[in-house]
Amino acid sequence: MGCTCQYAGAAVGGLIVNLDATTARAWIVRVAELIHANEQRLTDLDATIGDGDHGANMQRGVAAAVASLEEQEPEDAGKVLNSTGRELISKTGGASGPLYGTGFRRAGKELGDEVDVQAVARALEAMLRSIEELGGATQEEKTIVDALAPAVAAFQETSGQGGDLHAAASAAAEAAERGAAATIPLQARKGRASYLGERSIGHEDPGAASTALIIRALADVTAP
Amino acid sequence: MKKLINSPDTVITDALRGMSAAHPGLTVDVENRVISRAQRASDKVGLVSGGGSGHEPLHGGYVGHGMLDAAVPGEIYTSPVPDQIIAATKAANADRGVLHIVKNYTGDVLNFQMAAELAEDEGIDVVSVIMNDDVAVEDSTHTAGRRGTGATIVAEKVAGAAAEEGADLETVARIATEVNERSRSFGIALHAGTVPSAGRPGFELADDEVELGVGIHGEPGRERGTFGPARDLVSYALDAIHADLSISDEVLLILNGQGATPLIELYGAFAEASAWLGGHGAAMVRSLVGNYITSLDQAGFSITVTSLTDELRRLWDAPVSTPALRWGV
Repeated sequence: MGCTCQYAGAAVGGLIVNLDATTARAWIVRVAELIHANEQRLTDLDATIGDGDHGANMQRGVAAAVASLEEQEPEDAGKVLNSTGRELISKTGGASGPLYGTGFRRAGKELGDEVDVQAVARALEAMLRSIEELGGATQEEKTIVDALAPAVAAFQETSGQGGDLHAAASAAAEAAERGAAATIPLQARKGRASYLGERSIGHEDPGAASTALIIRALADVTAP
Repeated sequence: MKKLINSPDTVITDALRGMSAAHPGLTVDVENRVISRAQRASDKVGLVSGGGSGHEPLHGGYVGHGMLDAAVPGEIYTSPVPDQIIAATKAANADRGVLHIVKNYTGDVLNFQMAAELAEDEGIDVVSVIMNDDVAVEDSTHTAGRRGTGATIVAEKVAGAAAEEGADLETVARIATEVNERSRSFGIALHAGTVPSAGRPGFELADDEVELGVGIHGEPGRERGTFGPARDLVSYALDAIHADLSISDEVLLILNGQGATPLIELYGAFAEASAWLGGHGAAMVRSLVGNYITSLDQAGFSITVTSLTDELRRLWDAPVSTPALRWGV
């Protein structure tokens, strides 16, 4: 980070090109806004194939993450994500707390004090790998991974072709949303929905849906 | 929907305040949501369990001499978080190691796993036993595996008794594991329970329908079935258990209510269960009838059968003094 002042460093001619501490914080705040706005939808999705608490749990977790960021003002994006992960683990409950929490912590660790789009690509990849490892899930099992894996691939592809942070995040958000929608015809193989067997078919996975919101939030806060 | 609550937001806090007021033998940390023995045990393996709230008396009602040292309630139907579990582990630790008894749900397993790793970092030996006694769902690589249900009570009781006798951590864990291996459960719901914050039943059942193999969070089981007399429903449950683990010899049978089924109906069902066992050459040498692992106000029942050994029977009979199980003291 070349600048320690609170609101500079990210914006170059109005464009947000780096994930510095300020942008990372804005990301988490935006995640909380989107989760809040979609709390009922997440709860309804979860009531259909799970136990109906995903909206409330995520709301509690991200609200705690935002409150913690307001208190401690971490100096780089890596620490912002690490703090977010810790709060998600501490406050969310359910499977999503450890999964998202570990994902954000590993992303934060990978990012450290780097800020450029390539570093963000590696951080998102670390998030995906840690969630896959902890949850023991792979794609097409109707989980978070079905939204996050295509999002990470799209982010890497766009940034690899020279796309900036917003372009990569936008491509990732679209891929995550497509991935979440693509869970509808899948039969759940992991998590509580797996108990439903074939009855889980025909419904969007709430974890994939919340993942799509998390990635969409990154696209929102990096928009010019 | 009418519920005897102040508000959906305070259900757990209010219940913990009530437990604290009702049971002087417990220390209830209402803010951090840890229930532990008021009189800390010394020189024994500690036992900790926990899970989502809504299953009362599980787990807080099983804290006390002869069973758990501490329990952690999560939000309704939601796993507790690692901070709670670590606090409970510390409260239970008497330098002989701590056993975590965990019901097999992804959230519970992950949160207890994170807590166990953090507790180990602080120098506490932790061994976890995962309970997965529910035969309703397939145990395969294609699902999250079988769910932990009624056998958890048996594991907490007999492992607790072993710990009280001075058994080491390995032995206490072995006994809890043995209970899991020798137990099977099956539940049937007549009417869904209502999570207070949701305000409406978790699922809909028509008047002539039952959910066969229902989980303790109201999650569906094998299939929707046709409603019938208690005799038929009990037979269905016991047949399902029997198909998975042959029931013979001496068994412990728990006829458990899911929260909104009156005791008179549970006793009627118990009579059918007793007759079924007699017809299959099994001897019911120990039993419980009542609400021991509930699903809020879900109507229905579950049956847990544990095939006893001499050791398990002796440990089951050992003195216990908790809010929900009390004998021999």
